[in-house]
Amino acid sequence: MSIPGAEQLHDVRLHVNGSVHEVQVPARRLLSDALRHDCGLTGTHVGCEHGVCGACTILVDGRPVRSCLMLAVSAVDAEITTVEGLTEDDGSLSPVQQAFSDCHGLQCGFCTPGFLTTITAGLADNPDPSEEEAREMIAGNLCRCTGYQNIVKSVLRAAELGKGDE
Amino acid sequence: MTTKLFGAKVPRVEDQRFLRGQGRYVDDLLTDDPRLLHAAVLRSPHAHARIVDIDVSDVLDLDGVVAVWTWEDLTGPMAEPLPLLIPHPTLTHGRTQYALAREEVNYVGEAIAFVVAVDRYVAEDAVARIRVDYEHLQPVVGIAAARAAERTVHDDVPDNVGARMEQENGDARAAIAAAPHTLTLDLDIERSACTPMEGRGTVARWDPDTSRLTVWSSTQTSTGVRGCVAAKLGLDLAKVDVITPDVGGGFGVKVVHPWPEELLVPLAAKTLGRPVKYTEDRREHFISSAHERAQEHHVEVGFDDEGRVLGLDVEFWHDHGAYTPYGLIVPIITSTQLLGPYKPQNYRVVFESLYTNTVIVTPYRGAGRPQGCFVMERTMDAIAAYLGKDRTEVRSANFIQPDEFPYEHGLIFQDGRELTYDSGDYPASLAKLKELVGWDEFEDFRAEMAAQGRRVGIGLACYVEGTGVGPYEGAHVHIETSGKVKVATGLTTQGQGHQTAFAQIVADTLGVRFEDVEVTTGDTRKMPYAVGTFASRAAVMSGSAIHLAALRAKEKALRIAAEALEASEEDLEIADGVVSVKGTDASIDLGTVAVLSNPLRYAFDEASKAATQFSVGDPGKPPVAEGDEPGLEGKDFYSPPRSTFANGMHAVIVETDPDTAEITILKYAVVHDCGHLINPMIVEGQIHGGVAQGVGGALYERMAYDESGQLLNASFMDFLMPYVTEVPTSIDIDHLETPSPLNPLGIKGAGEAGVIPSAAVFAAAIEDAEGFPITAMPISPSELFELRLAHADEPDPTEAPTRSTP
Ligand code: FES
Ligand code: FES
Repeated sequence: MSIPGAEQLHDVRLHVNGSVHEVQVPARRLLSDALRHDCGLTGTHVGCEHGVCGACTILVDGRPVRSCLMLAVSAVDAEITTVEGLTEDDGSLSPVQQAFSDCHGLQCGFCTPGFLTTITAGLADNPDPSEEEAREMIAGNLCRCTGYQNIVKSVLRAAELGKGDE
Repeated sequence: MTTKLFGAKVPRVEDQRFLRGQGRYVDDLLTDDPRLLHAAVLRSPHAHARIVDIDVSDVLDLDGVVAVWTWEDLTGPMAEPLPLLIPHPTLTHGRTQYALAREEVNYVGEAIAFVVAVDRYVAEDAVARIRVDYEHLQPVVGIAAARAAERTVHDDVPDNVGARMEQENGDARAAIAAAPHTLTLDLDIERSACTPMEGRGTVARWDPDTSRLTVWSSTQTSTGVRGCVAAKLGLDLAKVDVITPDVGGGFGVKVVHPWPEELLVPLAAKTLGRPVKYTEDRREHFISSAHERAQEHHVEVGFDDEGRVLGLDVEFWHDHGAYTPYGLIVPIITSTQLLGPYKPQNYRVVFESLYTNTVIVTPYRGAGRPQGCFVMERTMDAIAAYLGKDRTEVRSANFIQPDEFPYEHGLIFQDGRELTYDSGDYPASLAKLKELVGWDEFEDFRAEMAAQGRRVGIGLACYVEGTGVGPYEGAHVHIETSGKVKVATGLTTQGQGHQTAFAQIVADTLGVRFEDVEVTTGDTRKMPYAVGTFASRAAVMSGSAIHLAALRAKEKALRIAAEALEASEEDLEIADGVVSVKGTDASIDLGTVAVLSNPLRYAFDEASKAATQFSVGDPGKPPVAEGDEPGLEGKDFYSPPRSTFANGMHAVIVETDPDTAEITILKYAVVHDCGHLINPMIVEGQIHGGVAQGVGGALYERMAYDESGQLLNASFMDFLMPYVTEVPTSIDIDHLETPSPLNPLGIKGAGEAGVIPSAAVFAAAIEDAEGFPITAMPISPSELFELRLAHADEPDPTEAPTRSTP
């Protein structure tokens, strides 16, 4: 959405989940807001807007990044993946998504997109984590519902499913 | 035969959309509507002040700002104070705030002005331009200041006492005076908060073509919001629809209604003729939604040589913040539920609910029970320590026995009904818990650890939880001509897996495929009669209503099918959506029955074509017979005589670091009885989540107000909520199923169970490790360190495992 008046707007081209989104945003617009409100990709959630909860985590060139700590104008040259981009091309769930479903790794689902992206990147780095490493992988994300036990299980299960894919 | 789904670990249907980023939470709605406007709120920076003047003249000059409201701009019911939702005769000085502050603010965060602009960023810019002149008043912060009453929060509330309530069964003081042993304890708990990952949010759209207002709210009660919005905006109820889409956690805070923004957003949408959205940010959630837990308790108890409680006298002070919109629910629950699984012969409880210049207090998961459990379980531990008995023995001596149900306590519960427990088997639960945590082997473990220079402690805590409070919930079940079943119930959902659990019930009751059932919650267009999702009531209330409604639909299906198949109803069975005559090939699809139920015979689909082979209905009567209705539907309500009472027991083994005083959880065990389990996977998930919240409450979370009423830790950086690193690595769970006789499914509700005993169980384990009494929670490492210094002269705890007698 464009904002009339004094605020200077910037034409920004965002590459998200393999598509191009042309948006016009002021310099101060957070990437999380641009994705949600300008690109309509509401799967990325905002839980704190100060970089602590991890709900807004997306992948920027494959690395997990808190989209509430990045400005949309600074994401121009990046390849962004949001939760909407995690599913396989045929529409089936990715190993991480499937693992969450198998292990009851979510309740209200609000923190889930941030966990899914974080773990997707984590498993790319370390496809075979120990339980301890699985816990470390998610140690920067807050979930108020699940108590985390099932999320840890989901990480391990995703690793298993990922191996099956090879 | 369809496999039975009730009791099975069925994977959740809602997960599919959540995992794909296709959930729809309030802030996700109308994002592509170019007419959508965004709101921001000016909030008081002062805990107590008179508003001398508000100057908004700079606001509308800002490009993109559409409107601004202060109290002066409100008219009619909107200019009146917000409703006091649950009045109680003992709440003699109930006070509620205005949607926008009128003349005075009473906590940091109170709403003063409401700005609507094309964008939230611009709306916040505008808020920053509003100038307010305040006359500062001295705030009242914390229970001690409220009790001292050197100043008052409200001029017309003497001594800051909003309510004083007393209940007594027997003569507690006389019994204590006559008891062989007595003890006195002072026990405190601090403020914490629900803090769901999604804050509050409201979107509203006024449709001038139909003169209807649609409100989407992240609430735990759609019907409640609907009633408030209609009343405050002066609209007919029939003109207001409230829809609760996906909700990112509630835990109690979202049951409060109306929040000021829930009224201001619809007001703005109707006035401006454009949709308006308000999404609370994290700081706003801390300072302007609600907290809970802060209470101070004084206990006097008299008991015999066995540890049997002969008299219990509890006095406590509840900090309810600046206003009392939700009445006295929390302290009433503490006062009644602290009895837990025990039967003191004589019990007296009295509490005062106090005003402070801090944000309001409303039920937070557990709602007063964690405090009550803390009080009772600390008392049990103190009795055991005094008598030198095992802590489980003292509890056993006080348990209500399985053959004593229904057990009447002679008190009135929060729902205004008798406090009567429906069922339970506490000795069996305790036996399971001891086994699960290794209670009897613990002293060996302690010695082993002590040999390595490590300090460990074990604690347990028992609770009973009044669940499934009335008054009612309803359900509507509609079997479509496709055979698909659409189910609606009015209460909302915040991640508890209702779409799955309720579909399990319907699939079993009707005999249809689970995949063919779709459940809608929290939409007043589909079910306008409803209460809400709180107090662990959803499964009990809506689950039962859904079961009854499905039975009605089934009854009708069997009646019509019997006629079509020329068989008797008793000979029919339904499985996988097909009605058949037992032992024959004769059958008919439920979808076809649905066509037959409606004499409108257009063959627009396969089911209607199939229906032409059957003929039902007496041609001598009108096509829709008297007393009948077209369509294959069932609607029913469930209203219980009183609450169900789930129960449970937790035990924890902790290690306390000799140097840093850090507390590490080595083992956590839960025995849980919520009657029949609909979906054990979901129940266990609820327990996991509850335990994590409890760990937070017991060890980390507190609202750090300074003496001027500023909340110093209003962010996730400073308010310590558990990450994965803070919760037990595993939780051992065992279930006991003592069905409730009060509802058709024998269920009790499990939403809050995990959180109730946390403060008590951790206090017990830390006390056991350290050897001195723990009387205030939460406890941080530095506080434990200070306590160690204060108790430094006492004997080495590794040699004297139980606390010294007081
Ligand atoms: S919303 Fe970005 S980390 Fe919380
Ligand atoms: S599932 Fe609700 S916050 Fe994680």
